[in-house]
Amino acid sequence: MTQDCQPKNDQHGSPLGLARRGFSGRIKTIDVGAAAHGITAAELERRLLELGFLEGAAVEVLHEGPLGRDPIAVRLNGTTIALRRREAMAVFVT
Amino acid sequence: MSTATETSPWNFALVGTPNSGKTALFNALTGSRQKVANYPGVTVERKAGALQTPAGHRVNLIDLPGTYSLRGRSPDEEITREVVLGRLVSEPPPDLLLCVADATNLRVALRLVIELKKVGRPMLLVLNMIDIARRRGTDIDVEKLSDELGLPVVTSIAVRRGGTEELLRRMDEVAACAASTRAENTWSPPSTADLRAAQREADRIMRVAVGAPRRPDTLTGRVDAVLLHPVAGLLILLFLLFIMFQAVFAWARPLMDLISSGFETLGVLAHDALTEGLLQSFIQNGVISGVGNVLVFLPQILILFLFILVLEDFGYMARAAFLMDRIMGGAGLHGRAFIPLLSSFACAIPGIMATRVIDNRRDRLTTIMVAPLMTCSARIPVYTLIISAFIPDKQVWGWVGLQGLVMFGLYATGIVSALGVSFIANHFFWRDNATPPFMLEMPAYKVPRLRSVAIGLYTRTMMFLKRAGTTIFSMMVLIWFLASFPRPPAGATEPAINFSLAAMIGRWIEPLLAPVGFNWQISVALIPGMAAREVAVAALGTVYAIEGGKEAAEQIGQTLASNWSLATALALLVWYIFAPQCASTLAVIKRETGSWRWMAITFGYMLSLAYVAAFITYNVAVALGAG
Repeated sequence: MTQDCQPKNDQHGSPLGLARRGFSGRIKTIDVGAAAHGITAAELERRLLELGFLEGAAVEVLHEGPLGRDPIAVRLNGTTIALRRREAMAVFVT
Repeated sequence: MSTATETSPWNFALVGTPNSGKTALFNALTGSRQKVANYPGVTVERKAGALQTPAGHRVNLIDLPGTYSLRGRSPDEEITREVVLGRLVSEPPPDLLLCVADATNLRVALRLVIELKKVGRPMLLVLNMIDIARRRGTDIDVEKLSDELGLPVVTSIAVRRGGTEELLRRMDEVAACAASTRAENTWSPPSTADLRAAQREADRIMRVAVGAPRRPDTLTGRVDAVLLHPVAGLLILLFLLFIMFQAVFAWARPLMDLISSGFETLGVLAHDALTEGLLQSFIQNGVISGVGNVLVFLPQILILFLFILVLEDFGYMARAAFLMDRIMGGAGLHGRAFIPLLSSFACAIPGIMATRVIDNRRDRLTTIMVAPLMTCSARIPVYTLIISAFIPDKQVWGWVGLQGLVMFGLYATGIVSALGVSFIANHFFWRDNATPPFMLEMPAYKVPRLRSVAIGLYTRTMMFLKRAGTTIFSMMVLIWFLASFPRPPAGATEPAINFSLAAMIGRWIEPLLAPVGFNWQISVALIPGMAAREVAVAALGTVYAIEGGKEAAEQIGQTLASNWSLATALALLVWYIFAPQCASTLAVIKRETGSWRWMAITFGYMLSLAYVAAFITYNVAVALGAG
C-alpha cells in the first residue's frame, strides 16, 4: 500500500520529517538522535510515544503547513496529529 | 437518602487526554454550579463543581487539566499528577477517578488508563461521545473492555440530556465499594520502554474489544481539505480574524458607549442629588465611574470569548494554530498567540484573558507580556489629539496623508516592538528553557453546543467581574483619591487637580521626565491617565483649565499646540506606544498570572522602553530643530 511520495528507503526506513503530502506507510522505528531541540532526546521520544507514535502504527501525511510545508498533519491509527518536521525527523517510516 | 446527605461529600476527579470531551462532561454533570479559580501559587485554572448522585450523595467534582501522561510536562499536567496522587496539600485526595475517554479515539486514552491504574485509586472509565462512535459503526464490547482493563466501564453522551444517567447511577455503585478496590500506589514516571509496553497492551485490548469503524468519519477530512489548504485555508483564517477583529473593535462600540454614557448619566444624577463636596465627588468620580470603568470592558470580552469558545468547540483552534505555527514561530510566539494579540488591538484586557487558549506556560507569559504593546483603541483619542494638533494636514509623495502616515507608523511600531520583545524574551530570558515542540492532536470537527458556549461565557464573565473587576475598581478609586486630595484652599483660582497628590507626584517626577521633554502639566496628567489611556486627554484639559463641552477637544488641541514644542508632542506619542499607562491592564496581568512579579516585569520593561524611546525621539527632534 506504500505510495512513493518521498526519497529512497533503506532498511532503517526514512524520516517522516521528509515525507510529502500523500505519503502513507508504517512506522519502522523511532530514533530521536539529532531531532531533539530544547528537550532531551528521551523526552521527545516519550512525547511521541504518548501521542501514539509506535513501531508498526500506520501513518499517512494528510496536510502540510502553508509556509515551507511545515508543520505537517499526519493520520496515525485513526487520529490526526500536527507536528513540526523537525520533530517528525525522529520517526522513521517505510 | 437523609443519612447519605449528612455524611461528608465524596471527592471525585475527572482525568483524561485533551479533546476527550472532559469539559463537556464536567459541564453536563455540574451545570452552572461551577467555581473557576487558580490553584494556589500557579497560573493553572482550577475548575470545581458540585453534583448529587441518584442515591442522594453529594459529590465535589474537580476537572483536572487534560494530559497524556502523569509525567507532568507542564505546570498544568503537574497539577493533574499531584491531585491524582493525592499529594497536593490544598486538595483532598480523590475518592474516585473518573477517567474520560473519547469513544471514537480510544487508542491513546487506553494507554493513559493503563498508567493511571498503577496509582491504585478507585477508577471508573467513562466512554464519552459513545453516540458518535455508534454512528460510525464502531463496535465497542464494554464488558470485554472492562474485563481486560480490570475496571468498571460506563458509556456517556455528555452533550445530550440524560446522556450521563448511567454514569451517575454507576458512581454510587462504584464509590460504595471504592475502599475494596483501593490498591497500593506503584506509579513512577514511565520510561520510553514503559510507554511502549503500555501502548502495546492498549493496542492489544483495542484489537479484542473495539472494532474498526464501518463508516469512518470522512467529514473532518473533507473540511480539513479546505480549512488546511495552504492558500484557501490561510484566506479563510484571515477572513475569520478580520470578522473577529471587526466584532471586538466595532460591534462592541455601541454597547460600550451605552455603558459609559449610562454611567455618566448616573454620575450626573448622583452629582445633582448630593450636596457639593467630597462625598459627591467620591460617589460620582470614584465609585460610579470606577464601576463603569470595569463594566465597559464586558462587551469586548463577551464578543471575543463567544468567537473563541465557538471556534474551540468546533475544533478550529488546533487548525488555526497549525496554519499560524511557522508565521508566529519566527518571533518565538506560539501559533495560538495570534488571537490574543489580534484582540489586543481593540483592548489588551480581553486579549490577555484570551491567552488561556495557550496551554504552554512559557508561551502564554510571553504573549501576556507583549499584548499591551499592540495599539489598543484607548490610545486612539490620545494619538488623534496630538496628531491633529501638531502634524500638518498635508500630502507626502503626492497622495499619502502625513497624519495618516504617522498614525500608521504608531501602529506599526507597536507590532514590530511586540515581535521584537518576544524574540528577545525567547532568546535571552527563557534561555534555560528552550522552545517546546509543537505537537498537538487535531480533534474531529463537532457542532458547537449552545449550552457549553453559554456556560463558558458565564464563567469567563464572572471571573472577570470578580477577579479583575475588583482590582480595576480599587485602582480607579485610588486614582480618584490621588487626583482629589488634598482639596484646593478656599478661593483658589487654579484647577482643583493642581493642589492634589497627583499634582505633587507630577511635579515630583517632572525632573525625571524633563529629559524626554515633558513639562509638569504632562507629568500631572499622566497620573489620572493611568485609569485609562484616553483619560489623559481629559486630564490635560483639566490641568490647562479648559472647561468641558463640545469644543473642548479642539480647544485642548489648540492649547497644546501653543504650549508644547513639536519635539515634546512627538516624544509623548512615542511614550504612548510603550508606556504601561493602564492600571486595568496591569490588574489583569496580575490576576491572570497570579503573581505581582509578572505585573512588575511588564510594567518595568514597558516603562523603560517608553522612557528610552521618548528620550531618543525628543533629543533627535530637538537636534533637528523641532525643540
